[in-house]
Amino acid sequence: MKPKKGSLLEISNLHVSVEGIPIINGLDLVIELGEIHAIMGRNGSGKSTLANVLMGHPAYEITDGMIYFLGEKLSELSVDERARAGMFLSFQYPMTIPGVQVGNFLRKSVSAVSENKLSAKEFRMVLKDKMDVLQIDKSFLSRFVNDGFSGGEKKRMEILQLLLLNPKLAILDETDSGLDIDALRLVSKGINSASKNAGCLVITHYQRLLDLVKPDIVHVMIDGKIVKKGGPELAIEIEKKGYDWLEVIV
Amino acid sequence: MKEEMKEEMKPEEIVSEYKYGFNDSETAVIRFDKGLSEQVVRDISEIKKEPTWMTEIRVKAYHHFLERPMPTWGNEEMLNNINFEAITYFLRSSGKTATDWDDVPEEIKNTFDKLGIPEAEQKWLGGVTAQYESEAVYHSIREDLEVQGVIFLDMDSGLREHEELVKEYFCSVVPYTDNKFSALNTAVWSGGSFIYVPKGVHVEMPVQAYFRINAKNMGQFERTLIIADEGSSINYVEGCTAPAYSTESLHSAVVELIAHKSAKIRYSTVQNWSNNVYNLVTKRGVAHENSTIEWIDGNIGSKLTMKYPAVILKGQGSHAEIISVAYASEGMHQDAGSKIHHLASNTTSNILSKSISKNGGRSSYRGLVKVSKKANNCRSNVVCDALLLDEESQSDTYPTMEVANSSFDIQHEASVGKVSEEQLFYLMSRGHSEQEAMSMVVNGFFEPFTRELPMEYAVELNRLLEIEMEGSIG
Repeated sequence: MKPKKGSLLEISNLHVSVEGIPIINGLDLVIELGEIHAIMGRNGSGKSTLANVLMGHPAYEITDGMIYFLGEKLSELSVDERARAGMFLSFQYPMTIPGVQVGNFLRKSVSAVSENKLSAKEFRMVLKDKMDVLQIDKSFLSRFVNDGFSGGEKKRMEILQLLLLNPKLAILDETDSGLDIDALRLVSKGINSASKNAGCLVITHYQRLLDLVKPDIVHVMIDGKIVKKGGPELAIEIEKKGYDWLEVIV
Repeated sequence: MKEEMKEEMKPEEIVSEYKYGFNDSETAVIRFDKGLSEQVVRDISEIKKEPTWMTEIRVKAYHHFLERPMPTWGNEEMLNNINFEAITYFLRSSGKTATDWDDVPEEIKNTFDKLGIPEAEQKWLGGVTAQYESEAVYHSIREDLEVQGVIFLDMDSGLREHEELVKEYFCSVVPYTDNKFSALNTAVWSGGSFIYVPKGVHVEMPVQAYFRINAKNMGQFERTLIIADEGSSINYVEGCTAPAYSTESLHSAVVELIAHKSAKIRYSTVQNWSNNVYNLVTKRGVAHENSTIEWIDGNIGSKLTMKYPAVILKGQGSHAEIISVAYASEGMHQDAGSKIHHLASNTTSNILSKSISKNGGRSSYRGLVKVSKKANNCRSNVVCDALLLDEESQSDTYPTMEVANSSFDIQHEASVGKVSEEQLFYLMSRGHSEQEAMSMVVNGFFEPFTRELPMEYAVELNRLLEIEMEGSIG
């Protein structure tokens, strides 16, 4: 199947296994630039698998189906090529990289994904601007990447990268988990700001993030499939009724 | 634009330099035949017009070298492959020691250019002595150091100009009978640095020297002696690189440090010998009352390195700090570590050792912490971390404790780790290639060492590691 012209992301009949166990079983999804999509579902429904497989985690095997990103077959791109093509994943569990300072890491990452090289001074200005948005103290820059960070600090670090790397598709894997309401507001502000020029795929358990980041489309995932699709009201319904009523539909 | 080019220098441009080396045609003025005999030892001493006592020590050391068996630790197989008859023991590369940069021969300058020596000329440097082949050909010292009475000379000049000082301390920390290679060094030593810091003088800026092997089969046997008098301090930095050669080379240095009461000596080394060099070095310091000795020791190259920087904590309240890293790739064995002797009460020591093994390389940590019976309330903290980059590589730890005093407090931690797939995935998701991601993790692993180095050394070390990570991804 040919991708629709202009689609940011198009997934058709996707099947994914991890160590031989099928996790995603025939998933279809189209995201256009400027759209915010939310995927909701229980633990183990395959939401994070979808995030990881889009970014190219080597442990996930695509057994069937196709993914097109900006008209290109995603399977032909390595993880770093996907990043440079404009894909970004905000990790549920960001990795610690001991000995690598946040400031250097951010600078190197920005220069890895962007064609226009910023001078050190320009970079500092952009960085300061984004850090202010997220209320991140500049002492962050000399700490090591995620080393000794609290859960909230790690998530803010992810959103800082989102703002700096300026992707076309932002995948946010449970970015709201473990955040208090103030941190949630900051993170949402970041996501909203990034979503102006991008498509967003927001994976979450909870309605509370979707109060702050308004989705255009809400998908419900059960057993590796999207079982229901709707507007923002669907998220509110799930918040009230849980997932059980949807399982009947399956 | 130009600035950007420099910043963005391609790793392959650097690697090609290292791969092929950059040996200038030899400009030796005096060169001895290969091989060693008592006559060669006497001739070396005579050419240098040394005092008789030095000639006698050399000859005694030579005989001890002959009698002394090879070490039975480290890597016996590699050690037994050294052909001592195939080595040139003395080579003087220019007629005299230059005191002015203009006097340094053009060919030698070219080599230094490639090594980035001119940068070391920058104002913040305390002084430069560059060892080219056997003797220092260039030596400079800032006037303010001279005014403070700091002596900074190559060892040969040190012996000529400050014979009494040299006589008092030479072999006082590392006797020639210490081991086979300290005996060899004592017999044939040439060059190295001689530093004396007077009472209460603080040399704030790092003092640097560069060493390099340039002639085929040329052994380097430099001898360094640093004396920090009461309440003084000095930060000495030494960097080594060598061009690649097909025949084996031997580097066997001896470094002796003496920190008098309340003095502080920091001795930093980054060595990047080409992977056919045997690097067999004895480094030891003696710390008197309330003094501090720090060894910052980085071993990136060589075929076999056996080096265990040591501190003898002789005076009460003295302190030792040893931070070392080792990187072993294919065909390489880094047998490195540290030795601490707590001889006096209230002495403390910290040891941090980090190693990376790749492509079948082998890193060993060999450490000794010894506490004498009379030494009360001493503390030691030992941390050894190893990072293995693949399945074929190897890391071993041989810690030894000999504790004769029950009040001793020791912490010992050891870990062996791998670069996780999740770390690489995370970094690659930020646009870094697998190789860049690997370099980042590796550089981060060495960071506790790198942060102790002057900036330019830290940058060079990180670049070296980036080059080393090339082709490491299957």
